[in-house]
Amino acid sequence: MAVRQGTVERHQMIRPENEAELSAAIAGANGPLRIIGGGTRTVGRAQGEVLSTAGLSGISLYEPGALTIVAGAGTPLAEIEAALAAENQRLPFEPPVMGALTGAAGESTIGGVVAANASGPRRIQAGACRDSLIGVRFVDGRGDIIKNGGRVMKNVTGYDLVKLLAGSHGSLGVISEVAFKVLPGVEAVTTVVLHGLDDQTAVAAMSAALCSPYEVSGAAHDPHHQKTMLRLEGFAESVAYRSDKLCETLARFGDAAVDDAVDWAVVRDADMFDGGTGDLWRISVKPSDGPRVGAAIGAGRRLYDWGGGLIWAEVPAGFDLREAINGIGGHATLVRGQGCGPVFHPEPAPVAALSKSVRAQFDPRGILNAGIMD
Amino acid sequence: MEMPVPKGSVLNRKQELVARLQAVLPDEAVIHEPHETRVYECDALTAYKCAPLAAVLPSSTGEVSEVLKICHDMGVPVVPRGAGTSLAGGALPTADCVILGVAKMNDVLETNYADRYIRVQTGRTNLSVTGAVEEENFFYAPDPSSQLACAIAGNIAMNSGGAHCLKYGVTTNNLLGVTMVLMDGTVIELGGAHLDAGGLDLLGVVCGSEGQLGVVTEATLRILRKPEGARPVLIGFDSNEVAGACVSDIIKAGVLPVAIEFMDRPCIEATEAFAKAGYPMCEALLIVEVEGSDAEIDMQLGVISGIARQHNPVELRESTSAEESAAIWLGRKSAFGAMGQINDYMCLDGTIPVSSLPYVLRRISELSKEYGLGVGNVFHAGDGNMHPLILFDANKSGDLELCEQMGADILKLCVEVGGCLTGEHGVGVEKRDLMQTQFDAVDLEAQLRVKDVFDPDWLLNPSKVFPLSVTQSRREDAA
Repeated sequence: MAVRQGTVERHQMIRPENEAELSAAIAGANGPLRIIGGGTRTVGRAQGEVLSTAGLSGISLYEPGALTIVAGAGTPLAEIEAALAAENQRLPFEPPVMGALTGAAGESTIGGVVAANASGPRRIQAGACRDSLIGVRFVDGRGDIIKNGGRVMKNVTGYDLVKLLAGSHGSLGVISEVAFKVLPGVEAVTTVVLHGLDDQTAVAAMSAALCSPYEVSGAAHDPHHQKTMLRLEGFAESVAYRSDKLCETLARFGDAAVDDAVDWAVVRDADMFDGGTGDLWRISVKPSDGPRVGAAIGAGRRLYDWGGGLIWAEVPAGFDLREAINGIGGHATLVRGQGCGPVFHPEPAPVAALSKSVRAQFDPRGILNAGIMD
Repeated sequence: MEMPVPKGSVLNRKQELVARLQAVLPDEAVIHEPHETRVYECDALTAYKCAPLAAVLPSSTGEVSEVLKICHDMGVPVVPRGAGTSLAGGALPTADCVILGVAKMNDVLETNYADRYIRVQTGRTNLSVTGAVEEENFFYAPDPSSQLACAIAGNIAMNSGGAHCLKYGVTTNNLLGVTMVLMDGTVIELGGAHLDAGGLDLLGVVCGSEGQLGVVTEATLRILRKPEGARPVLIGFDSNEVAGACVSDIIKAGVLPVAIEFMDRPCIEATEAFAKAGYPMCEALLIVEVEGSDAEIDMQLGVISGIARQHNPVELRESTSAEESAAIWLGRKSAFGAMGQINDYMCLDGTIPVSSLPYVLRRISELSKEYGLGVGNVFHAGDGNMHPLILFDANKSGDLELCEQMGADILKLCVEVGGCLTGEHGVGVEKRDLMQTQFDAVDLEAQLRVKDVFDPDWLLNPSKVFPLSVTQSRREDAA
């Protein structure tokens, strides 16, 4: 049952102030632990005593000239973004802020972003959170403090546990520190917009844009306003040039025009679903399959991002979404509500067996966010 | 190079093994005569050689599965091999192993431009992936120097990079899915044409696992539309420090070049003597390439040149045409060959924080004097991935060992300043014994536990990546 982690009271928490305390807390735990950062990403159904990473906070290294930042897992996302903005840099993957959607009161932490591999509209161009993540430190279920990766952006030394930890939702270890490759900020942003397209045509238009050489950094479609949005970023001259060219490229889909008023945070955070009562799902498929997913959810509300490959879908409580999209490759994760079946997408038996064994290796007692990804 | 003692129990059963392999593969796909297996005795790290017990060249995922089932059943170690271009000895055999080569598996299985991916068998070479989509103006981004020869299988095993990864990322950032055969013959699919994992990101740990977790037979790769154009600027400086500071300023300015390449004086001199690219004789040289329309390129090169001028360059040459671009890249592209004309060389691959560049270059030149071995530096400066080339004479007794010692010192230096042993070549056997300088015992143990899951019997490429002393109990317990 989706747990509202933001409502947990502070005095019930274990709150280590450093990595050594974190290690001791895990090694000495007698039962299951439920790990939270800011408590804004309430995906999954872990139970247990709350272990907060809020005490592991602060930026320990930031070298703008090397495009590198290192911070404690409990550092607020907003603090990271402010520090980067002060040097005109940013996290490439545009992490969504989920509090309004999940109804949680807390403040998103960078460790939570990593644990959820949370990535926004720019994922299609700049990669996911896991692609920018270059190093982690974490404490496994034994209490061992483990590091992997580092602070350099090219590193193939040993196995890439960095990627494995990203999106592991606290089920392999409690992340204590993260390092990112960041990118320069941009001088100008604009959006080319098309109106009145049905889902199928909108995805075709987004595909045409993404197959152009004009470096589209966001491609979303809001079916309820029949508005298709394509973002361009960079130096002002270059953005002006590319938006002209893109409007030409898209002319066959309708009147493509520049609209500087589009707020991409609304797409990023899927604001349209705030306060809704249905089950909310996040579905990743290949973009051309997006409209099939849209059709399968019937009357439900939906939003397309990632050129059609990411669908946010709100359906009536208990609707069997996975049955409805059965046969379409990809995966669906329940973000809010009771859902139907597991929160995370069931995997084929041999892959599920590998995942289970990997978890058992990192957390032999099964105490870290136990069952959260089952 | 220390390798495990070959298992007598395997050597003694060669005949049986070969017969069983021949039962599931065509005759010509099973190579077992000693004069034939010698072809597989090494990869591009030619200092170490050992003929395998046998080599197989399966043609399908099904055949790979059959081969692995047999080897698993008989306890035979398997060393997967792409095109054999590893500089780290990733495909170096042991006398008791079967080399599993994917060279016959090179088909394009599916091309999908609307969704921007291609699915290939992994024996396909890196460059021929781009070749398959070039007509539609697409390309596959990771571009290791060996891209004409190297196979996607090896690219995935080593998480290969290239000159253009500052903008486009390395293999792991461009790999969407794989079909992989586990050591017991089980065929699994990880990822696909969609983005990101629905559960644990096992694909993320498979990429770069140096053929120790499974044999990847098919891959879904992200393809990108080619930019409208690309042109470089060449900038010469009279000190490494200033060149390093210039790199940092370019990055901070908000331009994202596709490549920032760096060459130092020894390398410039060797290159000039060899390729006559017309480079200025100076201490350090940068080649910075940007992409876009003609106007966008002019604008970006203008920004970069403006920054460079603040650092008083001794030379600044903006390319204005394809011919000028080719001339600027000529020297860089012949750098390795040029160094090879002077002597044998060992190519290192450590990565350092960009801010440490001047210090590391100074230390390398000091080490060069101490050891009495020449070093040229040519590398991807934007991401700190160094490629010091240490010159030595393979025919001179003791020179290789001296060179290896100096290489180890340089890699330790990379780790000391906050970097790593290898940025894109992989650990293989070459850097195996240095792993403890970068990782504590618990860090390595966490990695070994992942291998325990995928290959509990420790049969897949077992003597690579980790120091033998660290893996000994696992290899022996399983045997």
